[in-house]
Amino acid sequence: MGRLSPALLLPLLAVAALAAGPLVAGTFYVQLLTKIMILVVFAMSLDLLVGCAGLVSLGHAAYFGVAAYALAALSPQYEAANLWLTLPAAMAVSALAALVIGFLVLRTSGVYFIMATLAFAQMLYAFFAESGVIGGSDGVYIYSKPEALLPGGLKPFDLERTTDFYYVALAAMAGVYVLLRTILHSLFGRVLVGIRDNEQRMRSLGFQTFRYKLAAFVISGALAGLAGYLSAAQFGFVNPELLNWHRSGEVLMMVILGGMGSLYGAALGAFVLVLVEDVLGGLTTHWLLPMGIFIIAAVFLLPEGIAGLWRSGLGRRRRPAAPDPVEVATDAAAVEEAAADA
Amino acid sequence: MDFVTFLIQVLNSVQYGLLLFLLASGLTLIFGIMGVINLAHGSFYMLGAYLALSLTQYAGNLFLGIALGLPLAVLFGLVLEKLFIARLYHRDHLYQVLLTYGLILVFDELRSLIWGNDVHGVPVPKALDWSIPLTDTLSYPVYRLMISAICLAVAGAMYVLIQKTRFGMMIRAGVANREMTQSLGIDIGLVHGFVFALGVALAALAGMIAAPVSSVFPGMGGQILIISFVVVVIGGIGSIKGALAAALLIGFADTFGKVLAPQVSGMAVYLVMALVLLLRPAGLFGRTAA
Repeated sequence: MGRLSPALLLPLLAVAALAAGPLVAGTFYVQLLTKIMILVVFAMSLDLLVGCAGLVSLGHAAYFGVAAYALAALSPQYEAANLWLTLPAAMAVSALAALVIGFLVLRTSGVYFIMATLAFAQMLYAFFAESGVIGGSDGVYIYSKPEALLPGGLKPFDLERTTDFYYVALAAMAGVYVLLRTILHSLFGRVLVGIRDNEQRMRSLGFQTFRYKLAAFVISGALAGLAGYLSAAQFGFVNPELLNWHRSGEVLMMVILGGMGSLYGAALGAFVLVLVEDVLGGLTTHWLLPMGIFIIAAVFLLPEGIAGLWRSGLGRRRRPAAPDPVEVATDAAAVEEAAADA
Repeated sequence: MDFVTFLIQVLNSVQYGLLLFLLASGLTLIFGIMGVINLAHGSFYMLGAYLALSLTQYAGNLFLGIALGLPLAVLFGLVLEKLFIARLYHRDHLYQVLLTYGLILVFDELRSLIWGNDVHGVPVPKALDWSIPLTDTLSYPVYRLMISAICLAVAGAMYVLIQKTRFGMMIRAGVANREMTQSLGIDIGLVHGFVFALGVALAALAGMIAAPVSSVFPGMGGQILIISFVVVVIGGIGSIKGALAAALLIGFADTFGKVLAPQVSGMAVYLVMALVLLLRPAGLFGRTAA
């Protein structure tokens, strides 16, 4: 390649800069950045669905919230839970929720899919708010952060320490980025992009598209669960608002505003949105008004998201009608080739 | 459950279902004809309720308030369609979601700036502020019957509009095949504007007549929006008949869910939706999965 690839360069620079963060930033900013990096994981997990597979989920907060609740349920009241046991368990619960809901909602497509994902997320919201399990509408506190205790008594890091938590979030973000990029460049990822562009064609090529979509939905749900788990650990509090549809809307904004399908776009979107929120929130209590105007303006002014600015800045303007942010072969011929290889 | 209690719950179910129909029919038409998913539909319901609050205080009577508010809602819908929605027809659903989500934030904050964040009540009109006694202890408020009657009248008017008029023919043609309709020389832009305004007016009307029974509060738009989506998904997109059937189904599921299993009543409507998706993914009256 030898080309300046934003998909490679940007994340490397960003991780390097973020790794130095705690050396220069105070506790407040370290915590804010931790929160943002967790949201980046959340946004990237949704990007796998929205950007790559073309599945616009408006209920992604469900899997985030379910894992957060799983941590709350698995934490002993006054002691720390074991990270190595509760994290996989929480992600498994999210994956299971995604499997069941995905099985139902993936029977629909297009605008139906948007409404159905939203409605099922709201069902889980209603469940946690009304049934009274795990604190009901008041929520519950998690008094101790999960402990990273290994069998030999070894503890590689301590989440109670702000900087340790920061680096764990950074590692999670970088790890999920690498994982999702690997997925995107595999045959599986190419099939997903093929489904986005022309599902009928993929079906006629012999792919069982439903299974691919369901697998993507479950992976995405599990990774959203990772973000939810970390978020619950950071704030030590869960309540039904974690699953509220406004959160699903917010994370979708991050993905679309940042630029879909590139993963780093979603990351950029998360950073920009939280920082804009922070700045506006400091100026006025009615900050949602300029935020709404900002979003509406972005629809008309940034059709390819913030990451699209970078791309057109490099003189690699693409056809606006068919943005192709995923840097993998998307035409059906290439998929055919890949399928023949497999 | 004795018979009178049962009867009261049936009346409540019908009233809630018909109210949902006013919202869902607009939503389903806007999607069916314009191909636009409108998250801001709940905001129109909320704005309707707040308009009823202010206009009732101004005019002294809820019905006068509605008479003043409906033209405002139509005008509002026409302007919104021209300014924002019309630019989205040829773009992905994603941007429709983004834009209408942005509109929600704007409307919510404008509401907060104009009316504040308190919960308000709107008085039931004097003439209707009485109840029909059913037993010694139970009675049914006339105003709730009035809500059902208004909704039924609107549903009837919509049936005539869509099935019997030339404009209705254009709407039905637009749902069936937009491009073909356009190539027959029908100004589809005009149809879009009117359909959107009709949807806004119906949602606002629902908010106005519901204001005295549901009270007027900041989160009312989001709550009703999601239930309306459930109705549209169950009924089938673009189908008014489906919207009516699904709205009544949800009205019953929600009302009886609250009576029979109050702990998990919030989930009842979603379970109905799950069942429909499992058996008929395109909805009860849907043509194909859109």
